[in-house]
Amino acid sequence: MFGFSRAQSIGFAILLLLVILAPFFLYPIVVMQVMCYALFAMGTNLLMGSVGLLSLGQAAYFGLGGYVAGYLVQTVGFTPELGIIAGGLAGALLGAAFGWLAIRRQDIYFAMITLALAQIVYFAAVQATGFTGGENGIQGIPRGALFGHLALANDRAMYALVAVIFLAGVLFIHRIVHSPFGQVVKAVRDNEPRTISLGYRSENYKRIIFVLAALLAGVAGATKAMVMGIETLSDVGAITSGLVVLMVLLGGIGTIFGPIVGALIVVAMQYYLAPFGAWVVVIQGSIFVVCVLVFRRGIIGELAYLLKAPL
Amino acid sequence: MVMIFGKPLPLLFGQLLLGIINGSFYAMLSMGLAIIFGLLRIINFAHGAMFMVGAFVTWGLFTYLHVGYWGALICAPIIVGIFGIILERLFIRRIYKLDILYGLLLTFGIALVLQGLATNYFGVSGVSYDPPASLSTVVNLGFMYLPAYRGIVVIAAIIICFGTWFVIEKTRLGALLRAATENPALVQAFGVNVPRLVALTFGGGVALAALAGVLAAPLYSVNPGMGSDLIDTVFAVVVIGGMGSIGGAILTGFGLGIIEGFTDVFYPPGSAVVVFVVMAIVLLVRPAGLFGKIA
Amino acid sequence: MTRRATLGTAIAATAAALPGFRARAATGKSLTIGVCSDFSGVYSDIGGKTSVACVHQAIEDFGAAAKGYNITVIQGDHQNKPDVGAGLARQWFDNGVDMLIDVPNSAVGLAIANVAAAKNKTYINSNSATSLLTGKRCNASTIHWTYDTYMLSHSTGGAMVASGGKTWFFITANYAFGQLLRDQTSAVIKAAGGKVVGDVDYPFPQTTDFSSFLLQAQSSGAQVLGLANAGKDTVNSIKQAHQFGITQSGMKIAGLLIYLNDVHGMGLDIAQGLVLTESFYWNMNDHTRAFTKRVLPKTPNNYPSMAQAGCYSGTLHFLKAVDILGVPAASNGAAVVAQMKKMPTSDDAFGQCTIREDGRFMCPSYLFRVKKPGESSIPWDYYDLLHTTSAEQTFAPLATEGCPLVKA
Repeated sequence: MFGFSRAQSIGFAILLLLVILAPFFLYPIVVMQVMCYALFAMGTNLLMGSVGLLSLGQAAYFGLGGYVAGYLVQTVGFTPELGIIAGGLAGALLGAAFGWLAIRRQDIYFAMITLALAQIVYFAAVQATGFTGGENGIQGIPRGALFGHLALANDRAMYALVAVIFLAGVLFIHRIVHSPFGQVVKAVRDNEPRTISLGYRSENYKRIIFVLAALLAGVAGATKAMVMGIETLSDVGAITSGLVVLMVLLGGIGTIFGPIVGALIVVAMQYYLAPFGAWVVVIQGSIFVVCVLVFRRGIIGELAYLLKAPL
Repeated sequence: MVMIFGKPLPLLFGQLLLGIINGSFYAMLSMGLAIIFGLLRIINFAHGAMFMVGAFVTWGLFTYLHVGYWGALICAPIIVGIFGIILERLFIRRIYKLDILYGLLLTFGIALVLQGLATNYFGVSGVSYDPPASLSTVVNLGFMYLPAYRGIVVIAAIIICFGTWFVIEKTRLGALLRAATENPALVQAFGVNVPRLVALTFGGGVALAALAGVLAAPLYSVNPGMGSDLIDTVFAVVVIGGMGSIGGAILTGFGLGIIEGFTDVFYPPGSAVVVFVVMAIVLLVRPAGLFGKIA
Repeated sequence: MTRRATLGTAIAATAAALPGFRARAATGKSLTIGVCSDFSGVYSDIGGKTSVACVHQAIEDFGAAAKGYNITVIQGDHQNKPDVGAGLARQWFDNGVDMLIDVPNSAVGLAIANVAAAKNKTYINSNSATSLLTGKRCNASTIHWTYDTYMLSHSTGGAMVASGGKTWFFITANYAFGQLLRDQTSAVIKAAGGKVVGDVDYPFPQTTDFSSFLLQAQSSGAQVLGLANAGKDTVNSIKQAHQFGITQSGMKIAGLLIYLNDVHGMGLDIAQGLVLTESFYWNMNDHTRAFTKRVLPKTPNNYPSMAQAGCYSGTLHFLKAVDILGVPAASNGAAVVAQMKKMPTSDDAFGQCTIREDGRFMCPSYLFRVKKPGESSIPWDYYDLLHTTSAEQTFAPLATEGCPLVKA
């Protein structure tokens, strides 16, 4: 179903079960945050896994999505679903523009350009206080009513919406990766010169993936802004860009469920280790080091390797 | 008062001077980065953290061992250099064969660990360190009052940068390093212990960062974030100057400091971002950087 | 069971077992107070652990144990980020915290006010400066203790203008607090016939080097350097101002928000002569000295300044109100705050004061001057009292605040 292999179907079933049961055991706000970051990480994983590009500035699209949604819902009076769609589109547009600029270069230069562009976005966010609220951020974003009728102020109602967006995202990404388009993208990553010689314009494929990653980041950011009711500069900052790379690396680059596990662990760490202050940063750094040295496949990647089945 | 573009001349001179002071640190740090990248092909994201560690070691030497500033100038780089060599042996050595971006992620992780540890023990605001009494005077330059220490930093930075450039480009040791960059196998065949050279180079690059940290300690309060505040700009400097070029790093470092200083006068919010705008432009037009040799 | 499922169950089990949440004692009179502050950043000395100590002191002075109360105090670091602070507040209020107090940093303070209003929980902000908390952003479950930007701009600002500082250059922390303080002080300056010749906004909270801004201030030729910032930013600005010879060239420094702890951080050599406004000083009278003596063992290296004393005063008044209403009513913020507004306050730190309709705690304010190094005889004895302003004069008139709670 959906082109899932046997292992993946089981994985998806478990995911579905966890998503449904989680709000009864855990604080729903935290679970919703996990789902938003997971969506963000899944988009970044498209870039890192399918195309093999390391972007150090994904937070630009995440934060922009949040700001656009927050501003439209709070100031212009959009309904929440329109706000989230607008956030996603804003991310995608920025991704198209930046992608067009960045894709021309390879490897480290690509990474540095994405970093530079993200810093420029951060700076713009600080300056455009009318839109973003500067250091104060956009505060008090109302949850409103879905399609104008279903009130979302109740955490349970909001949770249902976020869960739908999240699961739809998982299926969407899976579909893309396992489509003819996805196959060409994989070919570009594995052997670009040969793909070009076969007549495919590899740059276009890379650009499309970049835009998709930015779209997902924008949707994730917009949804998170609606959940938390606040959008601040942290979401366009370098730390967020670094964290999402950590999530993808820890979960397993190129796997379907990897980013979800990565997001779960990183968000859980932020929450439950918060009383320990900066130890969270030390642990995050250590995870980076350990992952790069001995655990490059990531959690789900190792699991897939053991089961000899893609996850 | 003479005005240029609506700004008084004394202010412009003052900002120019401040820009050169900032540029000194950019130049020193980007030089170390360029050396490490040139030989090890490692993108050392932990360079800023080493700068920060150097500053804290300086403070520690004074607070616990009563070693003053002048002693710290010698001891801190040695201590941090040795620490760098240990890091290279333990961690960095293992990833030379991998994609270059793993090096970036590894050193990024190391930087996070160092910064987190420093934040835990010293708090986000860090500690303060006073300049040595002999350099604590204020000089009236006419267009501004300059704390003497800041002036000395510029002179020290120029000497350090020139010295390092000279060693790399003009001495036998430098020639050896450059040869090992181009063809390590061949150099090893000639009997040179390349792994040891590599470890020492990393240690040396890191020691340069620590030296910059010693110079910075009395200037900017010694806080855990001081490295990460600078690292993005320093990377931009290296990329703009050309990733393998030491002379390029030095010139670009000072140049960008000056550009930043002037932007501060005419459009203050822009000074944080002008570096990245320049980097984006240079990368798109001349991907090898202004002075670079690698495409 | 796959590894992934095991992981999920393990996390769920751990989360359910975490202490403090959903774990209200079934019997006895239980309350939970949350201190949301800055424990490691630029405001950690004027809030932080000393605020927590003052809250504990209030519980002690209230006689909680003897009256059969079981009061838990939890703390959380907002790291000067509005989203972290708001997230903490939301999590606390959803999980049984009855009152949230302290909150240095006006942007975080405002963000939490939104959450407190939405959840109808008691919120005593004793550490933010922004007068918006009793103005446009006031709400039924929020009380603004200790001080606000109006007090600072009129007292310190007014005093500087009156003593001859007619032209000003501002260095402003670029967020809610700095901008409002600068704007309100500018209004005071203009009303007194003065002029603001320049202003530079710097990114907060990561700026430690103020040299470029100080240079611009100097070249502007203004008579007064107005610092619209607080905490370690102010300490760094003033220290560097001395390094760059600002005071030598004749410019006066107006530290619009300076605390006792900042003076301690600077040392009397640098801080002497500075004029500042606080609403509490430990060495002012026998009552304040007695309170300070009681609380010091809990915070040995840091004397309480006005905001931390505000935590003491606010907590004490909250407990008195809950005592009258009964513990079950404690989770209804609007009810508790209404009761607090009905009762006058009385404690060793601020004396007898009242709380106004808009949630404004009305106390007198004091203009101090920092002593010269030779004049101070005991530790932390830094201030000379110049002038006392009555509570009515200290804060903005009710009519001008624009609080939606107040009927016109």
